[in-house]
Amino acid sequence: MIRAVSDSELQPPGYAWSVDAAGLQVRAGKHRAVDGLDLSLGTGVHGLLGPNGAGKTTLMRALSTVVKPDGGALRLLGTDVRRAGDLRQLRTRLGYLPQHFGFYPKFTVRDYVEYMAWLREMPKRSVPSATQRAIDRVGLTGRADSRLKSLSGGMLRRAGIAQAIVNDPAVLLLDEPTVGLDPEQRVEFRGLLRDLGADSCVVVSTHLVEDVVAACTDVVVMAAGSSVFQGVPSDLVRLGDHGGIGDSPAERGYSSLLQRHRGGA
Amino acid sequence: MTGHVPGKTLAAYARGELDDASSWTLEAHVDSCAVCVLRLADLAGPDVEAMVDAGRAGIGAHGPLAAPVRRRAWARTWRRWTSWSLVGPAVVTALALLAAFGLDREYPDRPSLVLLLAPVAPLTGLALAWSHHGDPGWETVAGTARAGLDLLLRRALVVLAAVVPPLAVVGWALGRAPALWLLPCLTFTSATLLLGSLIGVSRAAAVLGGGWVLAIATPAVVAGVSPVLIQPVSVPGWAVAGVLLPVLTLLRSGALRRLSSWR
Repeated sequence: MIRAVSDSELQPPGYAWSVDAAGLQVRAGKHRAVDGLDLSLGTGVHGLLGPNGAGKTTLMRALSTVVKPDGGALRLLGTDVRRAGDLRQLRTRLGYLPQHFGFYPKFTVRDYVEYMAWLREMPKRSVPSATQRAIDRVGLTGRADSRLKSLSGGMLRRAGIAQAIVNDPAVLLLDEPTVGLDPEQRVEFRGLLRDLGADSCVVVSTHLVEDVVAACTDVVVMAAGSSVFQGVPSDLVRLGDHGGIGDSPAERGYSSLLQRHRGGA
Repeated sequence: MTGHVPGKTLAAYARGELDDASSWTLEAHVDSCAVCVLRLADLAGPDVEAMVDAGRAGIGAHGPLAAPVRRRAWARTWRRWTSWSLVGPAVVTALALLAAFGLDREYPDRPSLVLLLAPVAPLTGLALAWSHHGDPGWETVAGTARAGLDLLLRRALVVLAAVVPPLAVVGWALGRAPALWLLPCLTFTSATLLLGSLIGVSRAAAVLGGGWVLAIATPAVVAGVSPVLIQPVSVPGWAVAGVLLPVLTLLRSGALRRLSSWR
């Protein structure tokens, strides 16, 4: 079917980076979990690595605009997230899967994804087809009309991913999306990530170094609230040539990077 | 061709005896005419029926395994208004109002418990409607475009729709003026929304509800004297607050887009 292209889709974006942070400071409770982070992300899949407590989840929350930054600048798709008035428009173009994603047990997968599409203010007519497409993309077609409480952990995670991608977001934020997925599903998920990263900015926070190396175009390593490394996965692999602990070169690179950061700090 | 295909021509086509040129004309018409399609279907021989059945079986084999569910518009609307659980607080509030009504009937000289309960009646529902206790999907919902004052108002309306009717019934049965129970109820609702934008909606409900019970309701019940706040004198005061608070809430609506309002 031929789709009409609106003029807003043909306009140049008017911003250099989908995600643009400078000196970003974000609080989690009383603790300043993100402190002085500089980050510029464009189209592609960006892996966000870091030990527990490095501030990954707080950063993801700031990027999803649910937490107001304490200091510094953060622009998403050219919009300043500190101004609450502009958030509504911006949020229609964001997709977010929180780390602890709660769900409504009695909803079916389709109900849930449709509800989230409605919350994201998608045009009414496009909701059913977009819902079906999102469910198909995460491989839940056969379970689309099952209630969420009947799904396994991995399926729930995929339903969560479906709700995040239903509005074809320009910035997609996935916090620990591979938790609970079995190896085969993780390989499929990497394929989906590569697919999504072709024309939008995808930020994936994860513990699993191999996921990042396999599916991401770009790696950001966080430690103690700021970015200590940003580069392509092969750079991380190269760092592993000289020491570090781990089973794969990328893991060795990651651990040596953290060791060096702790030594320097 | 005007009108429909003559029966004789249609029968000839169904038997496969019509010449090519006439078949094209007939097919062009049947393609867009529901009436002639049905007439042709009646004339179809067993070989055509067998072909259609085979086609249907083929589609069934490749199609979705589960039978398609009927999607009802009202079910979707219902979900949009009440994704969180509301039944619990609604039942508790209705029972509390019933108990207060019974006591008011028994002891008409004591301060009216129904009037003392009216301001805090919607607070339990509000606390659950916008918190991580009541809405399991809170963090996902908080990041969406609709999250903010309008979604909270939508949920507050659902809470009021559950609380106001029982309040109206007991208020009417006791012969109380609607302004005496409705205005405090609405004013406390908007006060919760306003304070909720500062400290989180469920905390705001706890502070306001606790404050009312400890500072106004308990002393009134203990002393047996109706506080001025539930007497007709203070109706203008409630009305002014009921207008002022929503305006202030509107000014603070940006804060309701953040996670901090769900505390």
